[in-house]
Amino acid sequence: MNLIVRGGRILDPSQGIDRVADLIIVDGVVEAIAPTEHAANAPESSHAGVPECEIVDASGLLVTPGLVDIHVHLREPGFEYKEDIESGTRAAAAGGFTSVCCMPNTDPAIDSPAVVRQIIERAEDVGFARVFPIASLTRAMAGDRLADIADLKAAGACAISDDAFPVQSSETMRRGMEYCAQFGLTLMTHNEDQSLTVGGAMNEGVVATTLGVPGIPRVSEDIGAARNILLSRLTGCRLHLLHISTGTTAQLLRWAKEVGAPVTGETGPHYLTLTDEACEGFNTNAKMNPPLRTAEDRAALRAALADGTIDVIATDHAPHAGYEKEREFDKAPFGILGLETAFGLIYTHLVGSGALSLSDAIRCMTHAPAEALRLPVGTLKPGARADVAIFDLNARWTVDPASFRSKSRNTPFAGWELQGKPVMTILGGRVVHV
Amino acid sequence: MTGMTDLLSLRELDVRHIRNILATASNMREILDRSVKKVPTLRGRAVVTLFYEASTRTRTSFELAAKYMSADAVNISVAQSSVSKGESLKDTLRTLQSVTADCIVIRHSSSGAAHQAARFAEIPVINAGDGRHEHPTQGLLDALTIAEAKGRCSPSDARPVAFDLSGLTVAIVGDLAHSRVARSNVWCLTKLGATVRWCGPATLIPADARSLPVTVTTDLREGLADADVVMVLRLQTERMEKGLLPSMREYAGVWGVSPRALAWAKPDALVMHPGPMNRGIEISADVADGHVPGSVAIEDQVKNGVAVRMACLYLLIEPGSDAGGRGETA
Repeated sequence: MNLIVRGGRILDPSQGIDRVADLIIVDGVVEAIAPTEHAANAPESSHAGVPECEIVDASGLLVTPGLVDIHVHLREPGFEYKEDIESGTRAAAAGGFTSVCCMPNTDPAIDSPAVVRQIIERAEDVGFARVFPIASLTRAMAGDRLADIADLKAAGACAISDDAFPVQSSETMRRGMEYCAQFGLTLMTHNEDQSLTVGGAMNEGVVATTLGVPGIPRVSEDIGAARNILLSRLTGCRLHLLHISTGTTAQLLRWAKEVGAPVTGETGPHYLTLTDEACEGFNTNAKMNPPLRTAEDRAALRAALADGTIDVIATDHAPHAGYEKEREFDKAPFGILGLETAFGLIYTHLVGSGALSLSDAIRCMTHAPAEALRLPVGTLKPGARADVAIFDLNARWTVDPASFRSKSRNTPFAGWELQGKPVMTILGGRVVHV
Repeated sequence: MTGMTDLLSLRELDVRHIRNILATASNMREILDRSVKKVPTLRGRAVVTLFYEASTRTRTSFELAAKYMSADAVNISVAQSSVSKGESLKDTLRTLQSVTADCIVIRHSSSGAAHQAARFAEIPVINAGDGRHEHPTQGLLDALTIAEAKGRCSPSDARPVAFDLSGLTVAIVGDLAHSRVARSNVWCLTKLGATVRWCGPATLIPADARSLPVTVTTDLREGLADADVVMVLRLQTERMEKGLLPSMREYAGVWGVSPRALAWAKPDALVMHPGPMNRGIEISADVADGHVPGSVAIEDQVKNGVAVRMACLYLLIEPGSDAGGRGETA
């Protein structure tokens, strides 16, 4: 099947392209980005040299590489009541994402080649996006014995992570990094010194003090990040800092880059748009780990994205069933949805406020995450698989969790008025969302 | 004034509601001084006290408050309920509402549990203490006790509004980090015009406490200096186990309220304690038993607790037409 996306504003930071043009897709692969042919003088179903093609009219729309989210919880296997590969990738496609990396805190954990292969095969069968499994650093994510990392890589794991169960032993982390480095694998770390966070449920600060909720101090993340950066520098292991929520951790990442440590970092749309005040009223849909921080942190994260310190925007899409989030605040699980609101939030609140250029925003959601994990996606270069997102930047919409493709509804953004909406998602030349 | 629908926190409660509860509670005190302590106000109404945490005085106080107003009071404590079979807070609340309770009084170890209960149930919910968050009826009874002791229950030329505590300094001493009483008191007392100080060891002062409307100090002398009221909080022994304090002995020596420390406060300072007390630790026996200048209000606090809870139940449960008019209560 051949496809021409005609007359859209093509924005591809991987090639420095930002112009109105036609995107020509042949056999699921990007053939070319060519000067647009006006519909009036172009035949209905062909393009110069491309017979038998379907035309998508993208005039007035933004055309980018399909978005890439390197931090997603698809919950399969084991927690299919929250999300599964089909529903999670449907949510991805609806959000303009064509590639997602799924975290290993499943049941069983992604700590064996069989589970890696199962996820890849399942995604090929039912997926609406490419799925790259992230394998665990330690067996059953228990934080002690290393998983069979060479075998996991051979089975198709795209990276290694201890997300949700951060390795506390610095010795285990050091050896894990040394081991990952020899295979060129990136280690993705949730940064937390858990001795500082026992019982914590939200950011330590005046809001937690007022609500009487045990706090998670910012230093717990900063100490974890500092340790991991220093170990990356020692071992040469490529390190990716997951969900940075504090201004100080962003500073530490800046230092790591200055001294040439192989470190990248991400933050999420919620850290860029909310603060711990969202927990007022004991709103469990504003509970995640690391927690929402202060306005000062939010400003620092925005600045760190804009100056390139933070490379990536990733959602940490973390579905939970309604009854799980309707628990007491300290007993409700951490995590919120992200895939279906990410673009609208970033476009409305970061690009719209002038905090981030549109080009940088798209880079942080396409080329940069692909680079961090060396994934062959996030670009519209000729020869690349034709994964494309098309957005209507003028569309205004209201976040309505009832309309989500995800199985879960746990978002703090219900009712938010956003601008900028994914209107079509193309995966390997095939339309997977309209 | 729009009616209250629940009593969840004093931070969120308008000062007019606070004064209305205190005025109503003042009237309820008269009932408690009668030999027959029973009025028909809430006849035919059912109050459920749902206690997820152990409590003697608060639960008894609510139960007596309900019974003195002729309501039926049912106590549910977690050990003997379906909660121990894993029932969620939401399902428990829905069930209690379905068995036609008119008001639910909830005590829970999780901060925010009362707010969530109020979202799940359409009937009035009273927070009888949630985690470290708030204990609103304790804050109200403390305000009533202070107002009585300092002659602030009625308007005067200087203060034309009843329950105006302006000009009074209240020092709250002890484990502020884990205290819902300290939080409820801050909001209630400052709304009524008082100045509030928090005093305790640095490890028991919550993060960013200085952003609340209090002055914070770790120095007991500074904390008690010229205070009109000294409110002593209970110290739990588990704080030592978690490494927050070295020893009870050291705590008693540095932050314990002894006659010597009390001398730093005003001569007529009122001593309060929400109970239960650890004599010899946060408060010396001499102070607890009133062998000092000034006055000790610990027993008045308990009695005012019943009056405040009667007022809250009365104001939250709309009395039905067949259960007597509102005017009969006092």
